[in-house]
Amino acid sequence: MVGILGSIWTVLRHTFRRRVTVQYPDKMPYLPPRRRGRIILSRSPDGQERCVACYLCSVACPVDCIALQATEDESGRRYPAFFRINFSRCILCGFCEEACPTYAIQLTPDFEMSEYERHNLVYEKEDLLISGPGKYHDYDFYQVAGLAIGGKDKGEAEHEDPPVDLHSLLPGSMIRHA
Amino acid sequence: MSETVQYLLVVVGVLGGALSIAAGLIWLERRLLGLWQDRYGPNRVGPLGSMQVLADMIKIFTKEDWVPPFADKPVFVLAPAVIIVTVLLSFAVIPVTRAVNVADLNVGLLFFLAMSLMGVYSVVLGGWSSNNKYSLLGSLRAAAQMLSYEVFMGLSLMGVVMQAGSFSLRDIVEAQSKLWFCIPQFLGLAIFVVAGLAETHRLPFDLSEAESELVAGYHTEYSGMKFGMFFVGEYLGITLVSALIVTLFFGGWNGPILPPFVWFFIKLSLFIGGFILMRAALPRPRYDQLMAFGWKLLLPLALLNLLVTGGILLATG
Repeated sequence: MVGILGSIWTVLRHTFRRRVTVQYPDKMPYLPPRRRGRIILSRSPDGQERCVACYLCSVACPVDCIALQATEDESGRRYPAFFRINFSRCILCGFCEEACPTYAIQLTPDFEMSEYERHNLVYEKEDLLISGPGKYHDYDFYQVAGLAIGGKDKGEAEHEDPPVDLHSLLPGSMIRHA
Repeated sequence: MSETVQYLLVVVGVLGGALSIAAGLIWLERRLLGLWQDRYGPNRVGPLGSMQVLADMIKIFTKEDWVPPFADKPVFVLAPAVIIVTVLLSFAVIPVTRAVNVADLNVGLLFFLAMSLMGVYSVVLGGWSSNNKYSLLGSLRAAAQMLSYEVFMGLSLMGVVMQAGSFSLRDIVEAQSKLWFCIPQFLGLAIFVVAGLAETHRLPFDLSEAESELVAGYHTEYSGMKFGMFFVGEYLGITLVSALIVTLFFGGWNGPILPPFVWFFIKLSLFIGGFILMRAALPRPRYDQLMAFGWKLLLPLALLNLLVTGGILLATG
């Protein structure tokens, strides 16, 4: 009996408690920067696409929602000819972001992407690409990778020495010219 | 002529009042439960969400009104009407004020008890005609629960009747002009509140529709407005029992300064709020606990109350 009255009293006191509901459309809840939401494709600081179309995100994706086609420009840079994410399948697990070797694919805190038609949830590359570098402001894959592309030869990247000419290390008499 | 018009106004007023309170309760209950659970409840439609009632009505009226092919159709259709009719008939004997009282029967209290017992038919027929094991179990529970609690519901009110010397609700209210019966009949009040809760099969006594074990109990197969009638019947039941508590134990329309009409509604809304608070605070007991509580505790208490009241009245003459 005391327990029953006690529980009624406890509930009654909640009349004066603050409500915990966040009235979402009126008031935005706090979303931490690392929250996994809508996926974007970022650009390196010089404005070029970061994605090198390695397919690792597509492979890592547990629901197979990423589709892309690799191609190469005249300077030797790889990039996706198309890049398609089906957000009606995406489970926002973030594996693609973890798999990406170039920080190109990133998850943003945004989650408001409801659509009236299912096919509108299929995002193409132009929907995914943003103009900035996302979470990694200074990272530029081609500037730290030892790969030669047009305009940047081997050894010209950051913290990189020019390649050693193996032949110059050998005694002259032993050089055999082919 | 003018008397007939006045009488019609009272009838329409009580009917409309009872129905609109019941409809408003759909919104009020959700708001109050929200308040006590530290959330908001419906607050989107209209000011404070009060137009939610309208939205719900539109929804429930336009829903598919489906009768399952395996159901006993005439009984299935009749059952929800019974609960509305019996509860609304009971409102006829409730004196809102001295003037606003549809029928001042000299057996008003007995009429209410008879009508609330008739309400059991609605639940039993609804469950039986559904031809569904969960419905049947729910209605069996409801029947057993309501019959058991009806016994001492009547007994708990006999103390009031003895003190007032009348079964007429208007006489009972007038007998309370000096002292409300909630003081001398405190035990009777406590028993009546519990029995009233059980009678309307509201939480914590909603074993007949216990959703965790019986899907939705006796109204499992009901949809659309037929379900809506069970739903409104429940809210009408809360209003009725609250109105009776006010009438029998808290002096009805009696009160200083404010007009009697206002006093009745202030008290009524307090008890309706109390019913909702109970739902917010109390868990549902086990079925055998419910039965044991009724027969082993409340029935002896009601009899004791009757005995003591009778003894005191006899001694004081």
